[in-house]
Amino acid sequence: MLRFEQVSKRYEGGHEALRDLSFHLPKRSLAFLTGHSGAGKSTLLKLIMRMERPSQGRVLVGGIDLDRLPQRSIPFYRRNIGVVFQNHRLLFDRTLFDNVALPLVIAGASRHEIGRRVRAALDKVGLLDKERMNPIQLSGGEQQRAGIARAVVSRPPLLLADEPTGNLDPDLSAEIMALFSAFSQAGVTVLIASHDTALIDAMDKPVFELHEGRLINDPFDDGDAAPP
Amino acid sequence: MSAKMARGQNSARRQPPGWRDRLRGYVLQHRSHCRDSLRRLLAEPMATLMIWSMVGIALALPSGLYLLLDNLKQVSEGWSEGSRRITLYLKIEQSDEMARLLGERLGRDAEIAAVKVIGREAALLEFRQRSKLDDVIDALGSNPLPPLLLITPRADSGGIEPLRALARRLATLPEVEQAQVDTEWLARLLALIELGQRAVLALTLLLAVAVLLIVATTLRLTITNRRREIEVIKLVGGTAAFIRRPFLYTGLWYGLGGGMAALLLTGALLLWLRAPVQELAALYQSSFTPVGLGMHGTTILLLGSALLGVAGAWIAAERQLRSIEPD
Repeated sequence: MLRFEQVSKRYEGGHEALRDLSFHLPKRSLAFLTGHSGAGKSTLLKLIMRMERPSQGRVLVGGIDLDRLPQRSIPFYRRNIGVVFQNHRLLFDRTLFDNVALPLVIAGASRHEIGRRVRAALDKVGLLDKERMNPIQLSGGEQQRAGIARAVVSRPPLLLADEPTGNLDPDLSAEIMALFSAFSQAGVTVLIASHDTALIDAMDKPVFELHEGRLINDPFDDGDAAPP
Repeated sequence: MSAKMARGQNSARRQPPGWRDRLRGYVLQHRSHCRDSLRRLLAEPMATLMIWSMVGIALALPSGLYLLLDNLKQVSEGWSEGSRRITLYLKIEQSDEMARLLGERLGRDAEIAAVKVIGREAALLEFRQRSKLDDVIDALGSNPLPPLLLITPRADSGGIEPLRALARRLATLPEVEQAQVDTEWLARLLALIELGQRAVLALTLLLAVAVLLIVATTLRLTITNRRREIEVIKLVGGTAAFIRRPFLYTGLWYGLGGGMAALLLTGALLLWLRAPVQELAALYQSSFTPVGLGMHGTTILLLGSALLGVAGAWIAAERQLRSIEPD
């Protein structure tokens, strides 16, 4: 599903965020991406989102070489990726329903389709009764779950999460993780960037560990991760 | 799977939507953007009214001037059509009888519709009545006026040129001292109006640019204020067209509202001028009533202002949206 081939990312000014990174993430798996802050987790996610381009190497997602993806195709590519942000990035000028509906509206779904899918997504995260509320009225955990609903509403094959439990207490964090597990069992590939080691240990899932831009632990390293 | 991803159909579990559904989705997007942008404008009535007034004033100035010149042109054209005449001043030694004979001869001319002969005595009488210079005329002793022929040409339209040509021809007759086209001054006025209209066109272009800049500047701010939203839309796969569209609709509403304000302003100007213009027209035995922009002018004004709004929004959106990238 996701393959990095000798990827390096050097920012202007000389900071090297990722160094010679090669790994692959199989379809339908759930894996963690961990490391200290500044280890390159965010950069890695940005490369997958095509918000940044690697200085060297290739990033392949679903068989697509992102470097060859023309600019005008980027929006359509991104519709296949659900993203959960640490700060949820909900919009406070519209209802919860309209927030979750946004990816479907963008994709040009019909009104009927939008209503059906938004309610299904809200139901999954347990916020069905709050669809008319403004997200600002929700608690922190509810806002995070709303962000997840928005990320999965268009049923993307790949789900990325950047510190999804960063601001939550352990009980709420476990709840969120259970949601991600459920999606992965439903066939979605999930990659969660987190430095919440207690939580990661409890989940017993594959863990990629980054240290100063290098991969120091690759759970799927079976020898053919990257051609030389 | 990969080919499907590239096209944006993200799951094999899903039936690809038919063209009807996609069209319906597209229309839904437009309708919601159109309505949402108007709702946002009306949520800030003072700011919106101010922009509408700015655009309205900028557009009312050229359309008001255009209206004034258009009316002036219509009045003067009416005058010139109604009084196309050539006055022939005969040489002083010509008698009334000779004038009558010349009048009969010219009456048969193909280009001349009618000839009126004014004898020397009749001319003097009219001059006395008009000028009230009785004493001066009496002091002269003899009648200083030649006989006149008032020529009405057959061609009753076609501008001043055929009239001038006829006058030049008549001036070559041996009996004639001078041939004068009575509407010469009107031709000059019309030429001046023509010049004025060109000036108004130039002014219109300048103010159109001003409207473009007003809308673009306002939208630049609007776009900056909605940065968060734009970032999220970019992240969840909104195309540039999708992101731009609400702002284009905002520009459309700015333009249309400004156009309507301009219509109101020119309408008020017309109303204000109506009574004095009619009074003035009555002094000239005319029942002239000033005309407004009409269907044609109104359509052009509204269409033009809407277009300017959208164009201004486009300029702002093109410049701004590129610079906003999620981080």
